[in-house]
Amino acid sequence: MLVRRFGDFDTAEDAVQESLLAAATQWPRDGTPDNPRGWLIQVASRRMIEQVRNEQARRRREAVVAQREPADRQSAPAADVPTPADRDDTLLLLFLCCHPALSATSRIALTLRAVGGLTTAEIARAFLVPEATMAQRISRAKQRISASGGRFRMPEGPDRADALGQVLHVLYLIFSEGHTSSGGADLYRIELSSEAIRLTRAVHALLPDDSEVTGLLALMLLTDARRPARIGPDGVLVSLADQDRSRWDRAAITEGIALVTRALPRGPLGPYQIQAAIAAVHDEAATAEETDWPQILALYQVLERYSANPVVALNRAVAVAMVHGPLAGLAVLAETGSDPRLAGQHRLDATRAHLLEMAGDRAAAIAHYRAAANRTASLPERHYLTLRAARLA
Amino acid sequence: MKYMLLMQFSEAAAEFPPIHAWTPEEIQAHIGFMGDVNGKLVASGEFVDGQGLAMPDQAKIVRAGDGGGPVVTEGPFAETKEWLAGYWIVDTDTPERAVELAAYISTAPGPGGRPLNMPIEVRPVMSAPPQEL
Repeated sequence: MLVRRFGDFDTAEDAVQESLLAAATQWPRDGTPDNPRGWLIQVASRRMIEQVRNEQARRRREAVVAQREPADRQSAPAADVPTPADRDDTLLLLFLCCHPALSATSRIALTLRAVGGLTTAEIARAFLVPEATMAQRISRAKQRISASGGRFRMPEGPDRADALGQVLHVLYLIFSEGHTSSGGADLYRIELSSEAIRLTRAVHALLPDDSEVTGLLALMLLTDARRPARIGPDGVLVSLADQDRSRWDRAAITEGIALVTRALPRGPLGPYQIQAAIAAVHDEAATAEETDWPQILALYQVLERYSANPVVALNRAVAVAMVHGPLAGLAVLAETGSDPRLAGQHRLDATRAHLLEMAGDRAAAIAHYRAAANRTASLPERHYLTLRAARLA
Repeated sequence: MKYMLLMQFSEAAAEFPPIHAWTPEEIQAHIGFMGDVNGKLVASGEFVDGQGLAMPDQAKIVRAGDGGGPVVTEGPFAETKEWLAGYWIVDTDTPERAVELAAYISTAPGPGGRPLNMPIEVRPVMSAPPQEL
C-alpha cells in the first residue's frame, strides 16, 4: 500500500516499522483505534513524508527558510490530526525556490538543491556544467531572493494558485531535462526525471485533492514509461509510431492511468490533466495503428483552449491528419505556420515534412525534413530527420 | 542552453598589428582580461569550459592512410590565414545573453589598451531531443 503510494520500497519498509513501533507504545496507553489498519497506514504515510523531509533537513539548513520544529512534533500526534504546519513548510520552501525574481534555470537549480535530494555536484553533472558553476548559480539565486527584500510569506488566494503553477512548471522542466536524454553517457540526466517524479509525488502527497498536481504526476509517469523505447541503440530518436511498445513500462502506465482517471472527473480541468489524458490514449494502444486518434484530436482541441501555443497547434495538425487525412492536417499547418513564435523553428518543418510524406509528396517532404534537420538543436533528432529524408530520396 | 563562443583569428581581417609587436604591458593587459572573462563566467554561473589553443604552427593535420593508420602533415601551414585561437562554452538563460557575452569577449584589449573587436562566432551546442506528447 505505501510502496504503491510512495513508490519507494525501502523507505516504506522503514515507515511501516516505525508505525508499528508507535502502535506498540500508543495502543496499550490510548486503546486500540477503531480502524487499526487505517491507523497504521496513516501513521506510516506520515512517517514517510517525515523521512523525505528529514533527508532534506541538511540541505534546508543552507536554505533561506529557518526550520521550525514545533514541540508538539516531538511526540507522535494522533493519526487523525492533520499537521498543516509540516505541509506548509515543504510547500513554502517550494514556493520560495520558484520565487518570481528567479530565472527558470535558477529555480530548477535551487529546487533540486533545497527541496530535492541532490548534491550540488550531482546537479552540476546532470546539467553538464562544472560544480563551481552550479554552486555559484545556486548561491546567486539565494542572494537574489534575499535582495528582493521582505519576509517571504505563504502566498494566498489567487497568488497561491499562481505560485503552485510556477512550482509545477519547474518540476515539469526538471522532468523534461531528464526525459529528453538519450541514455548511456546521459545517465546522470535521466536521474533528473526520477527526481522530478519523486518531488511531484511529494507534492501530490501534500495536496492529494489538487487535480493539476495529480495530472502532472500522471503525465510524468505516462511519458517516462516510454523512455526505454524512445532512443534506438544507435542514438537515433525513434518516433512514437515506430517504438517497440513491449519495452514500455507497464507499471508506470497503470499508475499514470489510474491517477488521471481519478483526477479528470474531479476537476478543475487543466493542461497537465489533458496532456496526461493524451499520453494515456497513446499508452493504451497496443499498436500504433490502434491509437484512438479521434479522442486525441478532441483532447488537443480542449488543450488549445487552456494553453493556446503554436506547438499544441502543430500536434493538433498531426491528429487532424490521422483522423481526416494529411491534406486536412496540412490545411491546419497553413493557418498555424504564420505564427511568429514558430519562425525559424524546426518543429514546423518537421511536422509539415511528416504530413507531406503521408500525402505522398516525396520531394516536398524531403525538402522540409532537411530544413528541419538543419534547424534542430538536438543531435538524436537531427539524425532522425536526416535519415527520414534519406529514406525518401 | 549551451553555446560555444569561438574566437576566430583572421590575419587578413585583423585591424591590429601581430601580438609580437605589442608592448609587454599590452600583452599582460590582454592576458589579464582573458583570465577575468573566465572568472566572471564562473561567478555568474554560466561557465562550462574555456580553452586557449596553441598557435597553428603547433598543429598537425591527420588523415587516415591505407589500413586506417595515421598520416600526419606537420605545420606550419603557409596557407593558414585564419585559425581558431580559443573557445568558451557557456550555459546561458537566453540566446541574447550568449551574444552579449561574445560582444564582451570581443572587447579584449590590444595595442594602446584599445578593444580588438575580434569576431566571436556564437554556435548553439546540440542538446537532447524535445519532449514529444
